[in-house]
Parts: sequence; C-alpha cells; structure tokens
Amino acid sequence: MQQFLTTSLTGLTLGMVYAAFALALVLIWRSTRIVNFAQAPMAMITTYVALVVVDAGMSYWIGFAAALLSGLILGAVTERVVIRPVEGKPEINAVILTLGLFVLLHALAAVIFGSRYRSFPAPFGLRGFQVGDMTVALTGFGIFTIVSVVVVMLLLVVLFRYTDLGLMMRASAFNQEVARLLGVKVGRMLTLGWALAALVGSLSGLLIAGGSLVHPSYMDSVVVYGFVAAVLGGLDSPGGAVIGGLILGISLSFVSGYVGSELVALAALVVLMAVLLLKPGGLFSHATARRV
Amino acid sequence: MGTASIASRLGQVRSKLGTSPPLMHLALALAGLVMVIVVLESTSQFRNGQFAAMAYLGIAAGGLTMLTGLNGQLSLGHGALMAIGAYTAALLLPDADAGTPVVLVLLAAILVTTVIGGLIGVAAARLHGPYIAGATLALAVAVPGIALYFGETLGGEQGLTVSLPEIPGWFADVVYFVSAHDVTGSKYVAYIGWLSLIVTYVLLANLSRSRVGRKWRAVRDDEVSAEIAGINLARTRVVAFVVSAACAGLAGAVMAIAVRITAPSGFTLTLSLSLLTAVVLGGLGSLGGALIGAALLTFLPQLVTGLGHDAGLSDLQAAELAPLVYGLTLVLVILLAPAGIVGSLRTWQARRVPSKPTSEQQLGVQSGGKK
Repeated sequence: MQQFLTTSLTGLTLGMVYAAFALALVLIWRSTRIVNFAQAPMAMITTYVALVVVDAGMSYWIGFAAALLSGLILGAVTERVVIRPVEGKPEINAVILTLGLFVLLHALAAVIFGSRYRSFPAPFGLRGFQVGDMTVALTGFGIFTIVSVVVVMLLLVVLFRYTDLGLMMRASAFNQEVARLLGVKVGRMLTLGWALAALVGSLSGLLIAGGSLVHPSYMDSVVVYGFVAAVLGGLDSPGGAVIGGLILGISLSFVSGYVGSELVALAALVVLMAVLLLKPGGLFSHATARRV
Repeated sequence: MGTASIASRLGQVRSKLGTSPPLMHLALALAGLVMVIVVLESTSQFRNGQFAAMAYLGIAAGGLTMLTGLNGQLSLGHGALMAIGAYTAALLLPDADAGTPVVLVLLAAILVTTVIGGLIGVAAARLHGPYIAGATLALAVAVPGIALYFGETLGGEQGLTVSLPEIPGWFADVVYFVSAHDVTGSKYVAYIGWLSLIVTYVLLANLSRSRVGRKWRAVRDDEVSAEIAGINLARTRVVAFVVSAACAGLAGAVMAIAVRITAPSGFTLTLSLSLLTAVVLGGLGSLGGALIGAALLTFLPQLVTGLGHDAGLSDLQAAELAPLVYGLTLVLVILLAPAGIVGSLRTWQARRVPSKPTSEQQLGVQSGGKK
C-alpha cells in the first residue's frame, strides 16, 4: 500500500512535468508542423541559466524568472534565425535541423557549464508528510510542480480562448494564407508561438531539475517521454497532451517502481508503438481521411 | 595503332562499365580493395585502429543513407540497432577459445538485427516524418536500458568483453605474400571491417540501381503515385528498413570486434545522431557521401580536440568540441546545402558541364544526390 501510494504520487508529479513538456511540443507542432526535438536541450540550457543566477547568490525565484525569460528569448531567436528558412521545405529537413540544434546545444552546454553533475536547489521541502504510520510522498516541491503546471495551462487557455492575440495565433496555425490575407502578421505569431513553447519547456526543465542533479543530458529522456505523451494525446491537441502526460507519468512510475527503472524508456517505446499502431491519431482521435 | 586505339579501347571499356552498373560497382570495389590494402599496409597500428572505426561507421552510415536518402525514412535508432549487432557478436565471442569463425559471427549479428529491424520496420512503415523520428529516438534511448536490466547475461554497466578471433593461417599467409608484413590484431580487424564495408557497399549500390531501389525512391517522392503504380507502400518501407538494419547490425558486430568491449555507454543517442550527421553531410542517399561522413566522424574528433587544447580548453571541454562541430554541421548543411557534399558537387558539375544531361544525371541532381 505504501509503495502503491508513493508510486502513484510520484507518477502524478512526473506526469504533470511530462504534460508541460508535451504541451511545449504541441504548441510548436500546431503552429509550424515541426516536432522540436531541440526542446530538451533548450530547457537544459535555461536551467543552467537559473543555476548560474542562483550560484551567484541570488534567490531561487530570480533564477526561476531568469530561466523562463531566457527560454522565451531562446525560443524566439531559434525560430527567427534557424527555423524560418526551412518552413515549407520537406518535413525531413526541419526534423534534421532540430536534431542538429539538439547536438549543438548539448555540446555548447558541456563546454560552457561543464559536463559534471551539479545539484539544483528546490524552493520547497523534498520530504513527504506523515499520516499515521504512512508517508504520503507528496512533497512541497511536488505540490509546487502541480500548481505551477496547472497555472501555466490555465494562462494558455485564457490566452488562446479569450484574447485577440490568441485568436491571431490560432488563425495563423490553422491556415497561414487566409490569416495573412486577414491582416495577421503570421511570421510574428510563429515566433511568439515558439517563444511561448520554449517558456513552457523551460518550466518543465526547472521542475525536473528541482532538488535533483543537472547535467547536459538530463533532459534527453524527457524529450522522449514528452513526445510519447504528445502523441498519446494526438500531437495536435493541448488538452490531449496534458492527459497523455498524466497517463504516461503514472504508468512509467509504475514500471519504475514494480519492474525496474532501467526499463522505463523501453516501456515508453512500447506505449508509443501501441498508440501509433492502434490509434495513430492519438487516444481521442476519430478516423480521418488522408488528403491527397 | 598506338595511343589512339588504346584510347578507343578504354572508351569502349568505360562505356561498357557505364551501361552495366553491377560491373562498374565491382570494378570500383576492386579499386577500393587495392587502396585499402595499400593504406592499411603503409600506416601504423594506431591508424589501422582508426581505419577499423571508419569502416564500421561507414557500414552503418551506408545503411542509414539508403533508408533516409532513398526511402525518406529518418531513423535515429541506428545506434540501438548497432548495439544489437554488437551484443550478438559479444555473446558469440566470449573468450579466446570460443573459436567461432568471424564470418559466422558477422552473419549471426546480421540475422538477429534483421529480425528485430523487421519488427521495428513493420511499426515504422505506418509512420511518417516526425513520428518515425520520435519512435526511433525512443528506441535509441530505450535499448541501453535493456543491457542494464539483464545485467546477468549482458554485463550491465561494465558491458561484455569481446575476444579477438584468432587470425586464420591462410589470411596471414596471403597478407604476408602481398605485402611482406605480419598481421597484427588491429590490422586484422581493419581488414575485417573494410572487406565487410566493400561487400556491403557493392550490394547496396546494386540494390539502389535495381527495381528495389527505384521502388524506394518512388515511395519517397510521392506516396500516392507510387501506390497507384502498384507499389505496396508498407512492404517497400519495411524492406528498406530491414536492409538498413542489417547494415547497422553488421557495423555493430565489427565495432564489437574492433573495440573489444560492448557496453551500453558505447551506444548512446550521440552515436545515432553522429551517424545522421555523417549521412547528411555527405549527401543523403549517396554511399560515397556516407564514406566521407564516416571519415569525418573518425578523424575529426582528434583534430578538434587538439585545437581545443591549443586554445586553452580543459580535457573535458575539448572532448565536447567534436559534437559541437557535428551539431553545427547538421544545422549549416540543412540551411545552406541540403544536398550535402556529394549532392552539391553534382549540382555544381551539372552546371559547369551542361553538354550531356542524360536523364540519369538529371534524376540524380533532382533527388538530392544518389549513388
């Protein structure tokens, strides 16, 4: 019972982080039809930015804000400089490009920040609380994780549902030509989309790192889990990404707790294969005809 | 008589070779073999080791460039497939008296990887673009974990040691006869690697010029028209994946024999991404390009690490310069010259010599380079 509870709660927290990461992938996929595999090292870089700020003696929250801000800038710059030229080219070019960024950012981080493991601070306690003789593994930082991801999701919903800016972003994602004819500055919307996605990505990076160790490849497996979560939800739907993230987080946590932590990535692969073979459009998809 | 007739004879031979791709590939292979012997016999033992590395990277890159360049499937899981081949070889060569012939080891590695590659290929065939990239990425991340989980048989984090197979007497005799040198262990491994590479490349080159290769290209260029022309999309994709996986398995086995140790740390995501760099830089779909890329992966790290030391970086930092260059290469090639080295050279040549644009040449340029 103890283990079951611990596993579920860990899964819930992890699931929230995967959901955030999947959300970042979905935001970019919706606006530019690119899966940004470089999301993981981008989040890693911004976490290092936070670490540098914190190591300089400033508070965790300033580091937190610095990471999110640098994520915003990194995303915008990436879209503007590197991604814009391949938009509309064969999709394989964009995929290879994001993988190139993946390798590049990785190596850059290792050269600048060093490739050893460094501990990252957490603003809240990392111990669960005691109920009778059971430890409830919901830590202060875990609650913070869940709350911050939920807040970000709500903010995104507000942005996309209730603001003109969100409407323009949705329009450019839906149909670039028509949006442009209606006076939407599509290029600017795409840059903004990438910036927002990178911000959400760096949030998930910070949440994974909190109270744990950071090194240049600590996000590598997260990009796989985030991708699986996004595909689980259909890659096109933000709500689906969140549910996919939660399902994946909890199931991977059970694999880790009851089978072996070495097989977590394999389990993610199995989940991905099963979804792609049985319901390639995601869990909530209806059959659609392919357009020629 | 004299020079004129020799020239015309040469012209005849060339046109004959030109019209028969298999003959031309065989002639290229023989020329390659001679070059391999000359190079391996005239270089140091250390260089022989590097050439062995270039051979296994070249085999894997050759398989990947066929899959990605001709069939349009992007695999990030070739490092994992190499791991499967390497572990098969390692299990067959546990100690010096295992006595399994090398050819058998290589064939077994190919067989096992083919079967597993087939399973993955069946799943991957239904995917496209980013989905297949993501699925194979998951494969690359997942496979090292298997070696850790089954630590009893697969050696866990430390990995398995691979014993160098005994050098057959006849092989030592042949080499001594040709070059009057004795065969050292690393030279033997380099020969194994390069012979495998030549055989693989001849087979791949012929395959790419055959009906199978044309089907791969048709599926890559336009799924719908290919299907209307009666090509079974799924089957074609699976075949391409299986062929490519078999190459990766062979490469893994050669790697196991060359490195003498097979551990999860040798088959990280970085390996898969480096292979991708090699084929993109060389030019997708071009075997020559894959070989250039493999040479880059082998010789560049030493060079840039040395430069990094000179620039005052620490050992750990200098070691990261090679991946830095790989990443930069990937980004710049895609942005500036998506056809890669071989493809760009071909375009440039076609522009310079507009005299005889045979249909075959034009095709090569359009499809971004092929062998």
